[in-house]
Amino acid sequence: MELVGLTVDKFHSALKSGETTVEAVCKATFDRIEKLNPDLNVYLTVTKDSALERARQLDQQLAAGAELSPLFGVPTAIKDNICTKDVRTTCASKILDTFKPPYSATVVERLEAAGAVVVGKANCDEFAMGSSNENSAYGSVRNPWNLEHVPGGSSGGSAAAVAADLCIVALGSDTGGSVREPASFCGVTGLKPTYGRVSRYGLVAFGSSLDQVGPISKNAADSARVLGVIAGRDWHDSTSSEISVPDYLAALTGDIKGLKLGVPKEAFVEGLHPEVKARIQESIKNFESLGAEIVEVSLPHSEYAIADYYIIATAEASSNLARYDGVKYGFRDADAKTLQEMYKKTRDHGFGSEVKRRIMLGTYVLSSGYYDAYYLKAQKIRTILEQDFRKAFEACDLIVMPTAPVPPFKLGEKTDDPLAMYLADIYTVTINLVGVPGISIPSGFTSDGLPIGCQLIAPHFEEARLLQAADAYERSYPSNRYPNI
Amino acid sequence: MDKDFEAVIGLEIHAQLKTRTKIFCTCSAIFGGEPNSDTCPVCLGLPGALPVLNKEVVSMATKAALALNLHINHESIFARKNYFYPDLPKGYQISQYDRPFSERGWVEIPTSERDEQGRAVEWKKKRFHITRLHIEEDAGKSIHDGMPQSATKSYVNLNRSGVPLVEIVSEPDFRSSWEAYDYVQYLRKTLLYAGVCDGNMEEGSLRCDANVSVRLRGAEKFGTKAEIKNLNSFRFLQKALDYEIDRQIKTIKEGGKITQETRLWNDKEGKTYVMRSKEEAHDYRYFPEPDLPPLTVSTQYIEDISQHLPELPEARRERLQHLYELTMEESMLLTQTKEMADYYEQVTEASGNARLAANWVLSELLRELKNAGKEITECPVTARDFGDLVKLIADNTISGKMGKEVFEKMFQTGKSPQLLIEELGLKQITDPAEIESIVKTVVAANPKQFEQYKQGKQALFGFFVGQVMKASQGKVNPQLTNDILKKILDA
Repeated sequence: MELVGLTVDKFHSALKSGETTVEAVCKATFDRIEKLNPDLNVYLTVTKDSALERARQLDQQLAAGAELSPLFGVPTAIKDNICTKDVRTTCASKILDTFKPPYSATVVERLEAAGAVVVGKANCDEFAMGSSNENSAYGSVRNPWNLEHVPGGSSGGSAAAVAADLCIVALGSDTGGSVREPASFCGVTGLKPTYGRVSRYGLVAFGSSLDQVGPISKNAADSARVLGVIAGRDWHDSTSSEISVPDYLAALTGDIKGLKLGVPKEAFVEGLHPEVKARIQESIKNFESLGAEIVEVSLPHSEYAIADYYIIATAEASSNLARYDGVKYGFRDADAKTLQEMYKKTRDHGFGSEVKRRIMLGTYVLSSGYYDAYYLKAQKIRTILEQDFRKAFEACDLIVMPTAPVPPFKLGEKTDDPLAMYLADIYTVTINLVGVPGISIPSGFTSDGLPIGCQLIAPHFEEARLLQAADAYERSYPSNRYPNI
Repeated sequence: MDKDFEAVIGLEIHAQLKTRTKIFCTCSAIFGGEPNSDTCPVCLGLPGALPVLNKEVVSMATKAALALNLHINHESIFARKNYFYPDLPKGYQISQYDRPFSERGWVEIPTSERDEQGRAVEWKKKRFHITRLHIEEDAGKSIHDGMPQSATKSYVNLNRSGVPLVEIVSEPDFRSSWEAYDYVQYLRKTLLYAGVCDGNMEEGSLRCDANVSVRLRGAEKFGTKAEIKNLNSFRFLQKALDYEIDRQIKTIKEGGKITQETRLWNDKEGKTYVMRSKEEAHDYRYFPEPDLPPLTVSTQYIEDISQHLPELPEARRERLQHLYELTMEESMLLTQTKEMADYYEQVTEASGNARLAANWVLSELLRELKNAGKEITECPVTARDFGDLVKLIADNTISGKMGKEVFEKMFQTGKSPQLLIEELGLKQITDPAEIESIVKTVVAANPKQFEQYKQGKQALFGFFVGQVMKASQGKVNPQLTNDILKKILDA
């Protein structure tokens, strides 16, 4: 069975017709991983034995007449900051190098209950902090479209795995764009659900009020399928919503006539790469030709979003990462004489430099005397940003804008300039601050053949609308290109 | 205490709520398991784990807040208190900060200084104000001794991690160690009455820290305060406060200055020691806990809980004191626990004699309980039976002396007083005719003494009483015996 471009739909058709088996597709996937992973560095851990055993069980169930559950037999990659029971979960950090959680995240349990076969743990930026996947303690992931370029981050491994057909779907996590930006850079579809739509239980926390798990896939339909499985109330997560989960696949009608698509006038500003600008404008025209009505909207406070995000996210991170102290699990620096020294050396040697930078930033903004000026003010701005979006959505159904201001950049190009790196998130962080859902869909390529992503944003809990538009677009304007690897 | 100075004390009490499970997970909150056995990803602080608030914690905190006259906020917010410590698995404690569960409460209770023998000098009612009561989780326990490699290693037991606590912060309203002592006693009693805390200070279910400063009497400004920790018994609390007050006064009188610091009570040496200075104080970097939504409680909810709150200790003490005409001391002792007060009221009801019931409960019952090392809840004598006994004493069926014997037997066997009186043949003889016949027999048997009595040797009256008692095995009613004997001897 051809893995390139293989989606769940096609795979399930082939299963039904007897053209292939779960085991065959999983085996082929592992063969491909063995061949390509040394170059791409997508997987930190491969769960071949358990996956193949499970594949055989599923094949037996199928032979016994079992119905195809939504993700039956689907080879799935899990970002390595999502807990998998008894399977190493490193967060791409040295400090959790040997950590094997005694429990699985709710999203993993739900995926497996829906038939998914976990094939491995995907590389990412350390603790999901980064926009290029260069902040992994286990080396950078490379972009399947061009190995000299970054795959985006922080879910770079998940996006590259999907793009390189080293799985059919993947889970990423998105705190400030970490699903959408790598999806954009790797030419695949990545969805960040509404905050509270998907349980965070078992997702290793970075910015707790921003984090969401989201699917990365080869088309919107597969994202709809995965979201349908992982979404919904989980009593383990007090911030998960009780709002019922609609049938996302049923929403994919292909018809978006009359959809009001808002284009924020602030989106096409200085710093936006000309090729990105051109592709996004083209995509907007394409939407118009599908019957969408284009309206101008305003998000007047967007310019504060990056600063706001880096205060809130780092504040929460500084607290969330305090538990990595060498006392209970993970790395402990052996060369320490006192408790204080153990803390200091463990954290100094266990964390990478970007993680330490953010812990320090976050510690600073929460410090006595600075709290009001930074953290409290940032929360006020967050409220203002929410009001911006509420107002914008009075005039439109969805908002469209670039996912990232630039196409995939080169490895090492921005590593010395954290601020420039932070600006890669300029179009994505606001969405997390506001809590609304956003999706990145392929929007063509640069003249160098690097993918560009177009971002759609919906009001809270309107993922169905988001997926409907993404799916309609993909049906009429399929990318039909695959990385040459 | 030096008469020129006045102490100013504020107290922070941590009380463990006796819920079945922990505050943010479903692990058992009851002590005694093997180290680290009552743990899960949540209370171990594993990556990715999230807290979920236990509803029982909210109902117990509501009871505690209502019992202390606190105003409950309809919306309160959990906050993270960040600091590093090996027994704090997440690197932060989930507590509450600028929007606590409840605020602005008070208790009005009897308090008194004590004389050298520890007896109350004079009970006076005083109102103490409570700043706030908030909800938080407990940390685990570091173990430095008694483990296989304690010489080189420290151990951590996280069974206690995530056990629910309420922190009750008072205003700086206490002016002496005994006021503080009486307040903490009352607080403990109240939490026990409300059924939300077992009040065991030795096991750490109730912990106390104190902020102490002194100032010249009449001064308005507070002096620099020291915080004293590790006051894990009532005796420690009172002794440590007295020591600290004296230390501060002495320091000031010698021209020294009090520094703001945290001190630890060392009971062996009877001193407080510096634990850390102000400069070393933590910056806890509090911020709202993003993993938990605001805690909301409705007026209806509070109303429902308040319906299930029992009569509180001071209200009950006052009622008992006035209704049954008890002294302050008696009413305090009888309301020491809710169970004791219930027992006393049941004995009173069964006997119909509140006065006698109080005497017997406070003397015989307390002594037997103490000797047996039992709590009132374990008392083998039912209040009904005790009431019957008091009644039998009140109506002279048996004498007080017999009553004591019967009560001892009741305590040993759990049998009813009627049955024991029967078994022991202790019933008092109150029939005048029967007594008269005994008296006559005794007089007839002692003609010599009768003759001497007749000749004026009045002192022999006692001899005859003794003989009648002997002949009746002490069962005759003494008053009747006196009357009848007099009548016959003087006839």
